[in-house]
Amino acid sequence: MEIQEIIKPENLVYQKTPLLNDDVMHYCPGCSHGVVHKLLAELIEEMDLQEKTIGVAPVGCSVFAYNYIDIDWQEAAHGRAPAVATGIARINPDNFVFTYQGDGDLASIGTAEIMHACNRGENILVIFINNGIYGMTGGQMAPTTLEGMVTSTTPNGRNVDLNGYPMKITNLIAQLPGTSYVTRQSVHTAAAVRKCKRSIKKAIQNVLDKKGTSFVEVVSTCNSGWKMTPVDSNKWMEENMIPYYPLGDMKDTIKGEHSDR
Amino acid sequence: MGEVKLMKGNEVLAEAAIRCGCDGYFGYPITPQSEVMETLMAREPWNETGMVVLQAESEVAAINMVYGAAATGKKVMTSSSSPGISLMSEGISYIAGAELPCLLVNVQRGGPGLGTIQPSQADYFQTVKGGGHGDYKLIVLAPSSVQEMNDFVDLGFELAFKYRNPAMILADGAIGQMMEKVELADSKPRWTKEEVVEKNGSWATTGKPATRKKNIVTSLEMDSGRMEQNNLRFQDKYRKMEENEVRYEAFQCDDAEFILVAFGTCSRVCQKTVEMARAKGLKVGLLRPITLYPFPNKIIKELARKALGFLSIEMSAGQMVEDIKLAVYEAGSNARVDYFGRMGGIIPTPTEVVEALEKIFSWELSYGVKRSY
Repeated sequence: MEIQEIIKPENLVYQKTPLLNDDVMHYCPGCSHGVVHKLLAELIEEMDLQEKTIGVAPVGCSVFAYNYIDIDWQEAAHGRAPAVATGIARINPDNFVFTYQGDGDLASIGTAEIMHACNRGENILVIFINNGIYGMTGGQMAPTTLEGMVTSTTPNGRNVDLNGYPMKITNLIAQLPGTSYVTRQSVHTAAAVRKCKRSIKKAIQNVLDKKGTSFVEVVSTCNSGWKMTPVDSNKWMEENMIPYYPLGDMKDTIKGEHSDR
Repeated sequence: MGEVKLMKGNEVLAEAAIRCGCDGYFGYPITPQSEVMETLMAREPWNETGMVVLQAESEVAAINMVYGAAATGKKVMTSSSSPGISLMSEGISYIAGAELPCLLVNVQRGGPGLGTIQPSQADYFQTVKGGGHGDYKLIVLAPSSVQEMNDFVDLGFELAFKYRNPAMILADGAIGQMMEKVELADSKPRWTKEEVVEKNGSWATTGKPATRKKNIVTSLEMDSGRMEQNNLRFQDKYRKMEENEVRYEAFQCDDAEFILVAFGTCSRVCQKTVEMARAKGLKVGLLRPITLYPFPNKIIKELARKALGFLSIEMSAGQMVEDIKLAVYEAGSNARVDYFGRMGGIIPTPTEVVEALEKIFSWELSYGVKRSY
């Protein structure tokens, strides 16, 4: 069969969502960001939300997220995306607003903003990419860097006496009555990608239903920062990151109700 | 005539915001301006106009809420006092860099550091020269009465949207705290969603319809050539402001040999000073800049042709005096420019200013001719 016949529309089994444009992504091959971007774009299309959606991009590797998904975007200052999203969502309650943040952005410089946005129960979705390292600036220690993990600012491994402990910020978030749905997912296998998509879909629906803040952590790889191949990164993540940051739903309720697990 | 009331400057800011159709206020308490948010919260404008009022967890969060809300093309504002404005300065730089309109208010207190809660004008440099990082300017309005606290809210929004640039009302603790008669503006409705899209849909994050390209609000540009072009565009905009938006008030300047230059609270002190000095036979006038940026340097250049001296009266160590010196220098004038002021939250008295004037310009007063340098 000729290739032209194979790619006829009736033979399509999978198509890239038109909301994900054709720009070449700046992410390193093997990075989890691209997959999470795809899930978001697919869901915004499937749930018919393009005209309602406003995305807030962070400072970090996903600083250029606005280049890839065909919706209105705003670029926040480092760590301040939840405050920016609060401003957007409060005066535009009919819009669907989400932030997309990394671990340095959300769990280090932006701890005040994320805690208080979640505590107020802002009707926003927070996507939290946790790869345990600062990718954009060249592989420095993040608040979520594991004990003993080598980064450019912990060249002999993270020493908890010097640097404190890897922060399970999602567990803290789950304690806040403003949050409705708090979950930790990954995208390192096909099954994990499908599961993560279901979680993000549920989180978006919660926001649309005004149930409070929905928070999806995605435990991710940074093969460049970790100095490993993509395949080794996935393996390392399974063996080291996921035992410390176990996957699964932490909270599934509505704003104002405590459901701590 | 609109409704006339006796109100505090800070309360009037809140009332004027509601009446001018403001969509949102985001703030954090700090003395001496906490009455702004307190008044708003007590008024519950969300029941009346739909205006959102939110107490943020910090000034950093408040300014970023303003940044987010302003990007959607709506009328939003914050207010704070000096230390809080320092915290907001990063966000203000982002707002200026992303070319967003919004209204900021600084009810100044004395610094540096935690300083004092008493009034000051020591944030002049911070406000008119940038404050945050990068080459940007704010439109700066300096009220000298409670009435102007009312008037400048609407004017500030108008100029902010005209130039897609943050505007700041630079008040001080005295203007914020004192009560005066004020004629309140008539209420205007908030813009409808359709009006926002019509006015600002070309740049604002209103949600992307299939019919237009996505709007991206950012100050980031990695390409140096394009970033320079952005900066040149900003500079063009600032030149237009300098051309079109200068506002000032000249008081008995026509025959004046000595010009007091003062804004805000100090300009009120200087009105009395002019009276006292005139009673002594001294030809003294007062120039009150209303816009601190753009600075009224054209009128200073004109006045410098015949004036013997300028005295900048400030509640700071002398900041605006540098801009007066620049204007006089550009005019090629021999007029002498000096400064008198008080700090630490102290307001100079008219008597002190007359004494300073007589002392500083004793040579000119004795000989009546210009000193040549």
